[in-house]
Amino acid sequence: MRIRVDTDRCVGAGQCVLSAPDVFDQDDLGIVMVLAEPADEPAREAARQAGVICPSQAITVGES
Amino acid sequence: MTTVDKCPVAFPLRQPGQSFPPPQYLQFRKQQGLVSTTLPSGEHVWLVTRHEDVREVLTDPRISSNPSHPGFPRAAKTGGVPSQDEVPGWFVALDPPEHGRFRKTLIPEFTVRKVREMRPAIQQIVDERIDAMLAAGNTGDLIADFALSVPSLVISTLLGVPHADRDFFETKTRVLVTLTSTDEQRQAASKALLRYLNRLIVIKQKRPGDDLISRLLADGTLGKQELSGVSMLLLIAGHETTANNIGLGVVTLLSHPQWIGDERAVEELLRYYSVADLVAFRVAVEDVEIGGQLIRAGEGIIPLVAAANHDGTVFERPDEFDPSRSARSHVAFGYGVHQCLGQNLVRVEMDIAYRTLFERIPTLELAVPMTELPIKYDGVLYGLHSLPVRW
Repeated sequence: MRIRVDTDRCVGAGQCVLSAPDVFDQDDLGIVMVLAEPADEPAREAARQAGVICPSQAITVGES
Repeated sequence: MTTVDKCPVAFPLRQPGQSFPPPQYLQFRKQQGLVSTTLPSGEHVWLVTRHEDVREVLTDPRISSNPSHPGFPRAAKTGGVPSQDEVPGWFVALDPPEHGRFRKTLIPEFTVRKVREMRPAIQQIVDERIDAMLAAGNTGDLIADFALSVPSLVISTLLGVPHADRDFFETKTRVLVTLTSTDEQRQAASKALLRYLNRLIVIKQKRPGDDLISRLLADGTLGKQELSGVSMLLLIAGHETTANNIGLGVVTLLSHPQWIGDERAVEELLRYYSVADLVAFRVAVEDVEIGGQLIRAGEGIIPLVAAANHDGTVFERPDEFDPSRSARSHVAFGYGVHQCLGQNLVRVEMDIAYRTLFERIPTLELAVPMTELPIKYDGVLYGLHSLPVRW
């Protein structure tokens, strides 16, 4: 799984942090950052969900 | 692409005696294209009801949030929003890239971590409200005594607005969110709030406190006029929407007690009630096709988030309250760059409010039959005027 985030698009809603707290965090300015690649299937599923619900479409989750 | 399907419907659709969300939403979602309607102001708009279409409307750069564009639904009688000209800093009415400067300045105050740090302060406010309810006897109005007072105290604490001024800003806000208010009443309320916040900002300049307004003043990114508008927006959005959510959620949890204390209940309540159904107004600034419907530049658009959140293709048995579902893809907070800035604060307030209320008052019950609860048919936001309870 490859996760890319576009920090320019991010609007800091924090939805990714709620969905996949092991994968995403917000920096001091509230902008998305990737903490770590998802370690297992539940974390991968959470990361996919974060990609789908991100309001600014700042998260791209690639399966390869 | 379908041709224009002229099928005017009354607006708003929420009417006394009807269930919520309005049953017509089901039919609208099934209809080809979008639904054409005329607002009480006489303007033609497109209603958007499918989940996918609502998300598209709220993210398409050819669709604007700025009321200064011709054709923007002025929606005088449906809860019009001020424009940036009327209230500088009213950044929900700005598009990217101008919108970004405001949003980016405010994001650090509302991150998941920042809101988590507010938990003890919110818990204290909730406990004090319950103390006051218990001290007053064994009956009360859960809206006035709790659902409204908690978020009102939380947002005023965060902003640095004196608690003593609650009556003032709650009353003025109510004028702004009541569909039956006249333009004159709305403008007067808006001006009074702005004047109040202007004065407050002068005071904060002289005596800064540990609050958001003082921090934004020190930061200096926003001008003083802008800061007044931003503060007004946060103050209004911070108490009125959350109050409706807390009140409705208490009613639902009373009849579904097995979900009390389960954090999934909060997300499902947000989806289920979608109190801000009538909040997002848009206008196409270029021709754009949404849901198979051609929308011409200059035509108004209203994405209905309650309709999207009850879209059966996304949420199974959408009209059932079922916290075991995954409700996370709801658009109750909107979608796109304007998605609610305070959403994490709302979630934490709801969570603490329900847990504490039902733990400390386990015998809480409605004091009137459910069917007699006074629903805000005249409100921009869905909710209850009052919620008589006893314990």
